[in-house]
Amino acid sequence: MSTFGVTRSTLAKDLRMEWRSKDAINSMLFFSLLVVVIFSFAFNPTAEESRHIAGGLMWVAFLFAAVVALNQTWARELRNQVLDAYRVSPAPANSLFLAKAIGNFLFVVILECLMAPLFVVFYELRSIGPVWQLIVVALLGTWALVVNGTFFAALSIRTRNREIMLPLILFPISIPALLGMVDATTSILTGEASPVFWIKLLTVYDIVFTSVCLLLFEVVLNAE
Amino acid sequence: MAGTSESNSSPVILLENLVKFFGRFAALRGISASFAPGRLYVVVGDNGAGKSTLLRVVAGLMEPSQGSFTILGSRKVREVAHRVGYMGHAPLLYDELDGMENLRYFAGLYGIHDDEISRNAMRTVGLDPELSRRVGQYSQGMRQRLSLARAVLHNPELMLLDEPFSNVDVRSARDMAAVLGRVRDQGKTIFVVTHQAPLMENVADEFVHMSAGKIVAREEMARAAVAVDPPVRASL
Repeated sequence: MSTFGVTRSTLAKDLRMEWRSKDAINSMLFFSLLVVVIFSFAFNPTAEESRHIAGGLMWVAFLFAAVVALNQTWARELRNQVLDAYRVSPAPANSLFLAKAIGNFLFVVILECLMAPLFVVFYELRSIGPVWQLIVVALLGTWALVVNGTFFAALSIRTRNREIMLPLILFPISIPALLGMVDATTSILTGEASPVFWIKLLTVYDIVFTSVCLLLFEVVLNAE
Repeated sequence: MAGTSESNSSPVILLENLVKFFGRFAALRGISASFAPGRLYVVVGDNGAGKSTLLRVVAGLMEPSQGSFTILGSRKVREVAHRVGYMGHAPLLYDELDGMENLRYFAGLYGIHDDEISRNAMRTVGLDPELSRRVGQYSQGMRQRLSLARAVLHNPELMLLDEPFSNVDVRSARDMAAVLGRVRDQGKTIFVVTHQAPLMENVADEFVHMSAGKIVAREEMARAAVAVDPPVRASL
């Protein structure tokens, strides 16, 4: 059984289960929608002000929403102790991690696609910088969130208060990535600075943390 | 007799002073034992005797606190994982998927991509492969059967079954016990942890009695010669 084959079948299984239950996507959507509406009423910003704060608002909304999905990821594997069936199989541990991370990435990207028009409407957003750079930042930033989130969610599944543990571990370690996402997004929206440095930072962050997570996941999976 | 005598074949499992602590509680207290291949062992004992813990350690789901063991000639369970089938106390199945979807996924983990093998596994345990109901809507007995099908669908040499008959009606449990007997007759080694020992009396080769984390007795069973049934299924 190849890493690619098991990753693909695990991802397909997770997508099928999410399609049927819609647990993660509904919770994320509802949460993000609340953030957008509440912040919109609270600040009522002008178009110019929006460009300066939207980066922070968007990523905070996506970060908190992602945590909802990340908690769901492993909860499914704990029900009926299904994770044990994977652990006793000869399938590579990294396939499970990659499938979960890619699945979460897709969920959060779908959320971002659905929420982006709402941000535009509620905050009268018009990007001054090139929009394709926003897409690059969104993809790199989302992967930074989900790769660590998936790993730390796995790390906290055997703890009693795992819903609380995950943000406690994830948020501090995501600070460099969050800084990159917010500053890059703001730079592009306002057109006041080049986002290249932040995009490079996000790329390095993604490569480093993906490698570390892949190296350590088998230990985490088999920890008692 | 399908069982191979211990003296003329290398053990399928060799336990050497196996100890497992949970905090300060010792679930396994220095178990040393050897089990020959091609036999059906029934592990019995009171709750808390260490039966399930022993199975989980041997399956590689837990590390022993002390001691060591060899399984199918290897000290690393991971190396022989494709030759071992494990059925846990919980069903180890996804509630959101139907029976075939579950088996198809787990078969894929063992590199099996032929649906017919999964269908046969379902039929063997008395389930209809065409049943589109999700596992979450199965009865406990049906889940248990599907769980057994999941554990054996990759045709393992060694099967570790924890309470395979719990919540299964008596008739189905007898059928399942007969299936296990036939699988053993094909040369597989089976460990069954159960509180329903009488169900296994006609098919077991040996009863292993556990108490307080130790194997306290091993009781060889004299099985009556039975007519050889056709193979259960080539893949089982």
